Amino acid sequence: MTTLPAKTDKKLGLVIDLDTCVGCHACVISCKGWNTENYGAPLSDQNAYGADNSGTFLNRVHSYEVQPDVGAAQLIHFPKSCLHCEDAPCVTVCPTGASYKRVEDGIVLVNESDCIGCGLCAWACPYGARELDQAEGVMKKCTLCVDRIYNENLPEEDREPACVRTCPSNARHFGDLGDPDSAVSQLVAERGGMDLMPEQGTKPVNQYLPPRPKDTLPDAGHEFDVLAPFLEPIATEPKGFLSWLDKTLEKF
Amino acid sequence: MHPAPSVIFFTTFSGLGFGLLIWLGIGMPAVTGWTAFAFFAIAYVMAVGGLLASTFHLGRPERAIKAFSQWRSSWLSREAWCAVGALVLMGLYGAGLVFLETRFALLGLIGAALSLATVFTTSMIYTQLKTIPRWNMPLTPVKFISFSIAGGALLAGQVSIAIVLLLLAGAIQLLTWMQGDKAFAASGTTMATATGLGATGSVRAFEPPHTGTNYLLREFVHVVGRKHAAKLRIISLLLMVVVPVILLMLPFSHILGVLALVSHVAGVLTARWLFFAEAEHVVGLYYGKR
Ligand code: SF4
Ligand code: SF4
Ligand code: SF4
Repeated sequence: MTTLPAKTDKKLGLVIDLDTCVGCHACVISCKGWNTENYGAPLSDQNAYGADNSGTFLNRVHSYEVQPDVGAAQLIHFPKSCLHCEDAPCVTVCPTGASYKRVEDGIVLVNESDCIGCGLCAWACPYGARELDQAEGVMKKCTLCVDRIYNENLPEEDREPACVRTCPSNARHFGDLGDPDSAVSQLVAERGGMDLMPEQGTKPVNQYLPPRPKDTLPDAGHEFDVLAPFLEPIATEPKGFLSWLDKTLEKF
Repeated sequence: MHPAPSVIFFTTFSGLGFGLLIWLGIGMPAVTGWTAFAFFAIAYVMAVGGLLASTFHLGRPERAIKAFSQWRSSWLSREAWCAVGALVLMGLYGAGLVFLETRFALLGLIGAALSLATVFTTSMIYTQLKTIPRWNMPLTPVKFISFSIAGGALLAGQVSIAIVLLLLAGAIQLLTWMQGDKAFAASGTTMATATGLGATGSVRAFEPPHTGTNYLLREFVHVVGRKHAAKLRIISLLLMVVVPVILLMLPFSHILGVLALVSHVAGVLTARWLFFAEAEHVVGLYYGKR
């Protein structure tokens, strides 16, 4: 059914820390790796070794430059995958019922055997979180690694999304954003987590933590120059024996 | 948006075909026998041809039947129902006219209403998308319907009505362009809201997430064709409204009628191309494009 549940028991999702993400793209690779081998059709590439290559990814990392009114510009790395919106427009537009939002945990999924690949859900998603796989002709999107988080065949520490497990800078966190006491909810409260494109009315579950203000460098006039006078070069021109040596060596 | 030929053909020809069915359903012209057959054949070739063209952009056309299941929530599914309903009822009504020389008036009226509903549901597929501010406004369905019934009147040979409806449709098209040009800014979605970084400073896309292109850029970010948009708007308006109206005002002949129709179709195709090519999807903001 492509009508949305009035309420979900949990709101599983990700919290992405724009302050600590270093833009290494490890989450992109681990996401592609896990999801091409597990749930649903593999994530195909077209012309992978040619000049004009492209492929399906469920998670991509953009980079932005932010220029404040005063001070230096900041570079922000910006991972983006499905935000598992509460009011997911991608679900209600689907004509086949292939797209749905789960009542038990709020995860938005595509039942690939029902999808006709009309692409309308990707048109409806403001975040570019859905890509139509060119080999399979069906819609692919982040599954919140539904086949890991409940998977009892995996060791306990691996029962979280592949991207979260992989991130070397701990910029991705996974949990229940519907529970105010969960670690992710507290992190969001503490750091002022935000919605992307709130005006689109999608009510995204995933939250983004804004970058912290940059440290300011100490004023060049004082601290740095305390020792500088002692480091001034003493003799600029060689004299006496050194001068003779210098000139002689120049001749060779 | 990528102006895919399949979707341009689909919206143009199914709009015209269902437009003609609306007129036939209300009995204008009141034809029977072989003349009726000719009118219905034209309407069905256009409507069904358009619907078939739309299946070319499906990744899995063999499963198209599943698209009937979600009529409670999906405009695309509702369109499927309305289209099949209209085609079946109008087929029965047409058979009555052609073979029995009898007009089942009620059947025709219901068929006409369903044909109108088909055009409306098609337009709602586009109108409902908040992600494409240019389409997300009440004028979009008004425009689709006005062109469908104006083109239908032209096909149905309702000359004097067609002149009025064509002029009306042209005016609505102009309004749509004027309002559409302001829509993206009015939506309030910017790079600042897309990235949430607006509070820190002005945001610029520094590096895209991939070196090549991808599905999103191919499908949603179409900047190339917009260069000539202003010229194409004038050309399309001339072809779909001005030329046909002038031709229809001349003393009637079948040649002029056909020319008016050809010009109108060419104009609507151009306008539909623009409808897609000029539509900017908010996802482009993530790439620093629109
Ligand atoms: S991010 Fe896009 S694909 Fe994911 S739930 Fe929201 S609208 Fe749907
Ligand atoms: S592409 Fe598939 S999942 Fe998306 S709307 Fe169409 S049928 Fe539904
Ligand atoms: S949760 Fe899983 S599917 Fe979603 S972005 Fe992370 S690795 Fe990819």
